[in-house]
Amino acid sequence: MSDLPKLTISAARDALRKGDLSATELTEACLGAVEGAGALNAFVHQTPDLARQQAADADARLKSGDAPDLCGIPLGIKDLFCTKGVPSQAGSNILRGFRPEYESTVTTRLFGAGAVMLGKLNMDEFAMGSSNETSCYGDAVNPWKIDDRKLTPGGSSGGSASAVAADLCLGATGTDTGGSIRQPAAFTGITGIKPTYGRVSRWGIVAFASSLDQAGPMTKDVRDAAILLGAMSGHDPKDSTSADLAVPDFEAALTGDIRGKTIGIPKEYRMEGMPAEIERLWADGTAMLRDAGARIADISLPHTRYALPAYYVIAPAEASSNLARYDGVRFGHRARLAQGDGITEMYEKTRAEGFGHEVQRRVMVGTYVLSAGFYDAYYNRARRVRALIKRDFEEAFAAGVDAILTPATPSAAFGLGEMADADPIQMYLNDVFTVTVNLAGLPGIAVPAGLDARGLPLGLQLIGRPWEEADLLNIAYSLEASAAFVSKPAKWW
Amino acid sequence: MSIDIETARRVAKLARIKVEEAALPALAAEFSAILGFIEQLNEVDVEGIEPMTSVTPMRLKRREDVVTDGNQQAAVLRNAPDAREGFFAVPKVVE
Repeated sequence: MSDLPKLTISAARDALRKGDLSATELTEACLGAVEGAGALNAFVHQTPDLARQQAADADARLKSGDAPDLCGIPLGIKDLFCTKGVPSQAGSNILRGFRPEYESTVTTRLFGAGAVMLGKLNMDEFAMGSSNETSCYGDAVNPWKIDDRKLTPGGSSGGSASAVAADLCLGATGTDTGGSIRQPAAFTGITGIKPTYGRVSRWGIVAFASSLDQAGPMTKDVRDAAILLGAMSGHDPKDSTSADLAVPDFEAALTGDIRGKTIGIPKEYRMEGMPAEIERLWADGTAMLRDAGARIADISLPHTRYALPAYYVIAPAEASSNLARYDGVRFGHRARLAQGDGITEMYEKTRAEGFGHEVQRRVMVGTYVLSAGFYDAYYNRARRVRALIKRDFEEAFAAGVDAILTPATPSAAFGLGEMADADPIQMYLNDVFTVTVNLAGLPGIAVPAGLDARGLPLGLQLIGRPWEEADLLNIAYSLEASAAFVSKPAKWW
Repeated sequence: MSIDIETARRVAKLARIKVEEAALPALAAEFSAILGFIEQLNEVDVEGIEPMTSVTPMRLKRREDVVTDGNQQAAVLRNAPDAREGFFAVPKVVE
């Protein structure tokens, strides 16, 4: 097995530009790694022909000296992104057979920069889940293992996390509505950043909850996250919420110098019953940032505990509206109808067959909280609480805090199937540290920071000021250097 | 708040998702658990707080009101489960 897929994006970029490596060689090595990793169920639609063509084009471009950072870099693309002519199902049976006639803005940008797509990556259905167990493709599997059990790579970007951690590709795209980039990154020992809401265009990404959804990179280190985020970002007239702001050179911001920065430690994130290991990891991370010259400040974000309940009103409400388009008329699945069935039966049967259980549940909860008589009590109240959650962060930043350090997840990866009998709220608690960031529209990054006693990776989260991903990435870069996390999963697949 | 079977049936109908009669009690119980969790929001003092409409303070951009796209009938219909003579086809609708 070739070692080429283990390269970081930055190392591969440099080797490609020097001519030490060709995009074709690198792509073939990654295609081989993907081929040999069926047991991880990370790649659910492979596109080797497209990859080879893109690699040949990249090699020509490299020869001509016109090579952006991503020229010739093999990536995996989450199934939520519409890719022209390539199945894009959002992990759902209701989109079985759907081949978009258009390309999402993010993949258009990546391909324009010369990136190579190896295929589409597994995910929770419509990005609703924290363990990749709601996917129509079956579970994605974490390459990390400590016994016979198969572990979840987290979700919803579980396939992306698994593929990057197992070195099947150099980087991947993810999306994050409540933690779907950061939680799987933490579960698999990789880096993932959700940028500020509006930094990356949502056009062509299958919508879950439009006021919360943001795409971002999942990579092997912070430098790669900076490179890939730069290529994904930028204003797009096709997404009215995309910000018309210049994209800074994120990689150039990585100096590692964080002297004089103020890092906030929010007391409300010290949850009751938090495992001692998570507590220790958080304290260690705090000490690392202090030793690097940052000032540590205890802060309060008083509405933190209301973030998950507010999220579980707002996200299902938006989902029930967004998913109304899956009606069996324009694309995807249509149920076989019985004699005498009319259009209402067609809708009802199509949606019952096409949507999985978790998606149905969330669409119905969303329908309920938006229905006459409950709109004010649930939906409007949740939006008011959301305003308060955002205000908590604004007050911390106004007091001089540059970034906030928290654990990324309340635990390490758990076993696939272990939560099957749990109440849905137990699963929702996975996002307790990440969901506030989506509600406030802020950038947040998960950085691997250590192993638990059993040898599974644990991550820390840094939350930044709006539009200051460059500064956030630099603080993460310093934390990464101090934590010196180099462990890799032993290959079993 | 406890959701009864009648409410679960009504929500399923509004969401246009067919739920078998036998599945309604379990669904109602799940709704009750989730809504119970959500009810914590009633503890928050939201007096004088406006519901958030936009997470980033920005004015939505406007564009010229002109046609920018079109003449893509074949592409639009290509993924349809049933398309005939340039149209989406659905069961007969009689109101």
